[in-house]
Amino acid sequence: MALPVERSEELELEQLEVELLLEGIHRRYGLDFREYAPASLKRRLRRRMDGEKVETVSALQNLILHDPAVMERLLLDLSVNVTAMFRDPSFYLAFREKVVPALRTYPFSRLWVAGCSTGEEVYSLAILLAEEGLSDRVRIYATDINQAVIDVARLGVFRLDKMQEYTHNYIRAGGSRSFSEYYVARYDGARFAGSLVDGVVFAQHNLASDAAFNEFHVITCRNVMIYFAQSLQEHVHRLFYESLAMFGVLALGQKETIRLSPHESSFEELNAEERLYKKVR
Amino acid sequence: MTYEVIAIGASWGGLQAVGTLLEGIPKEVDQAIVVAQHRSAESSRGVLESLLQLHIERPVCEPGDKEPIEACHVYVAPADYHLLVDGGRFALSIEAHVQFARPSIDVLFESVAEAYRDRAIGIVLTGANEDGAAGLAAIKRNGGVGIVQEPKTATKKAMPEAALAAAQADAVLPLEGIGPFLYGLCCV
Repeated sequence: MALPVERSEELELEQLEVELLLEGIHRRYGLDFREYAPASLKRRLRRRMDGEKVETVSALQNLILHDPAVMERLLLDLSVNVTAMFRDPSFYLAFREKVVPALRTYPFSRLWVAGCSTGEEVYSLAILLAEEGLSDRVRIYATDINQAVIDVARLGVFRLDKMQEYTHNYIRAGGSRSFSEYYVARYDGARFAGSLVDGVVFAQHNLASDAAFNEFHVITCRNVMIYFAQSLQEHVHRLFYESLAMFGVLALGQKETIRLSPHESSFEELNAEERLYKKVR
Repeated sequence: MTYEVIAIGASWGGLQAVGTLLEGIPKEVDQAIVVAQHRSAESSRGVLESLLQLHIERPVCEPGDKEPIEACHVYVAPADYHLLVDGGRFALSIEAHVQFARPSIDVLFESVAEAYRDRAIGIVLTGANEDGAAGLAAIKRNGGVGIVQEPKTATKKAMPEAALAAAQADAVLPLEGIGPFLYGLCCV
């Protein structure tokens, strides 16, 4: 079944349009998506095309270059990931087991949640640290490329209908209290105690273009780099390497790896299954 | 025509169906096989691969992000991730559920359709929803081959029926017939 010539041309043309759009976004807004993984990026562009009711990537480009509000909406499509509190409970168990004891040895330490999106992981880690009695000794820095999702994260209101799932995750993650102590139900939202994130520094940071900004004892970046092409992943691995203190810990998503990265040899596996790596040189 | 990848989508009743299908694929069919099987986000890691591995000799694994796609392997989409293909490698995503599913068959098939075009084969098996229909249509639109499990032989026929309504399938077959059909396509 040969591919009709027109269809093949259509696909090539769309590829060209995507490249031009990303170049345009970079030059107009300083946001660099040129090294994002193409397949999922295209899905998100198509979602925005449907949302803006346009048929072609070029038509979307026209809107984006002339109307920053459309760019903001695209940025939401590109930066919101549908994650959950205590996603992968076994990761949090491993964190308690392998990372918390190391954190106890420091009088004060810094943890960076890179790509915090709407904050589910930030609140999960804040709860975990509170239960381990480390709230006052560990400062969380939570960053994302998109200011709008950071504002959502800061508010700490999550969907009430998710609480059953999150409670279940929390228990399996080794939670030692009643999960409902941490939030107040209001309308269809669950508002988490502001005291959990009092000490959290929320800031905009672009992993593709911004430099290291502090030295950290732990960096978590889970299911963020899966949207990046390999070249950009390598760039970010270097950024994390430079941002970690010696013996600092890097946490990746369960299907991500530091293997194949030029920085592989600088890390040792702390827990292979849960993708916890320790910087050793 | 040389085909490079065989994508399989299954939902309700799929565990058994995928096992039977894989068992029936002759070893001469050396294309990479990629499976999106709907399952709970909490499914224990590794269980689906081990179950499928019982049926066949070719290696079964859950791919990691950016892992290269190799011939003769069976790859199973990890629970709670979408699986896409991209330039000879896998890519994962935790975007919103599509057709209430993650992994979604549509997401896998649409990326396979674009990446492999007329070198792709898509197979929709049993299921009680409509995931895979749009994906199979995309594979067909891009010049690939579409195969659908004969609905009356499926544990749940909604999914194969939806695929047949959405795409002009090249073959509608019971599970046992799909392996020989693939042999005919890929090896003769």
